[in-house]
Amino acid sequence: MDSLIQIQYLNKSYGKKKVLKDVCLHLEGGKIIGLLGPNGSGKTTLIKILNGLLKDYEGKILIDGQNIGLHSKKIISYLPDEPYFENWMTTTDALNLFCDLYDDFDLDKALSLMDRMDIEKKIKIKELSKGMKEKFQLALVMSRKAKIYILDEPIGGVDPAARDFILDIILNNYDRDAIVLLSTHLIADIERIFDEVIFIKDGSIVLHEDTEELREKRQASIDTIFREEFRC
Amino acid sequence: MEKFDANIPIYIQVVDIIKREIVNGKLKPGDKILSVREMSIKFGVNPNTIQKALFQLEREGFIRTERAVGKYVSDNEELIEVYKKEYIHTIVLQFVQQMESMGIDRKDIIKYLEEENHG
Repeated sequence: MDSLIQIQYLNKSYGKKKVLKDVCLHLEGGKIIGLLGPNGSGKTTLIKILNGLLKDYEGKILIDGQNIGLHSKKIISYLPDEPYFENWMTTTDALNLFCDLYDDFDLDKALSLMDRMDIEKKIKIKELSKGMKEKFQLALVMSRKAKIYILDEPIGGVDPAARDFILDIILNNYDRDAIVLLSTHLIADIERIFDEVIFIKDGSIVLHEDTEELREKRQASIDTIFREEFRC
Repeated sequence: MEKFDANIPIYIQVVDIIKREIVNGKLKPGDKILSVREMSIKFGVNPNTIQKALFQLEREGFIRTERAVGKYVSDNEELIEVYKKEYIHTIVLQFVQQMESMGIDRKDIIKYLEEENHG
């Protein structure tokens, strides 16, 4: 079977600065994959390209066998690295928006997740704390029955207790054949859920391996290996 | 959520946890074990990691699969007994070596053990 995400020789520049260099990746369904790199390494640029938000790149990308476009947008559930709700919006408005935009959105699931997080309906989103806002957005994104989930820094602003809850949401709600591609620079708290990790450094992929094999081979945690690999 | 040592492959630690549950009777021969998904959520780890752990447990004979029904703890009590003995042996050996490295002889080791009020 072909990989769900195929990227061949992807290059992207902002002006003269190359931000992605010859990125080649084949990602298969049924895996939770960590996209790991320091700030400015190209994680978010790569993610934006996969989501069709940046178009002027070189190289070939196939998602579920097709070019980026309507089909890929339909099967990818995307959590951006910054909130995208308008100031006037309430939690209920956001739920309605997701219902309208996505056929695969499971409203009951979203409501039950909100219930568990003690987030009420009809509350202005901007009045939620940063951590709550992140959890709410993740709940929306994970309530879609998508083939690919792309989560850009989902655990940035939350405290360690909330991180466990977020891992729980991800493990509980992703479809077993789906890809979860999750970018982060906080590895220690989350490495236990990864099947594979990708290290990205200055726009190049420097490592892409099975996490358990990597631990076995190097006798170290992914966090330690990451620190060695990216030592300044 | 279970605490894991991130330096050691997690599936190996899951295998050890389940073996210990079999040894201490929390899981009894013939008991049905949780599904991959349930276990993944219980331990807070990836389902494929659980799959790998179960595969190894099955290969070693600690669990068996009934097609389309689920996985069960093995009835092979001899295997469980052997593992239990090995496990105890490893821990005792480690303990005795540590004590001896502090110059404590066998007689005193036993004395310390008796004095220790566990819990």
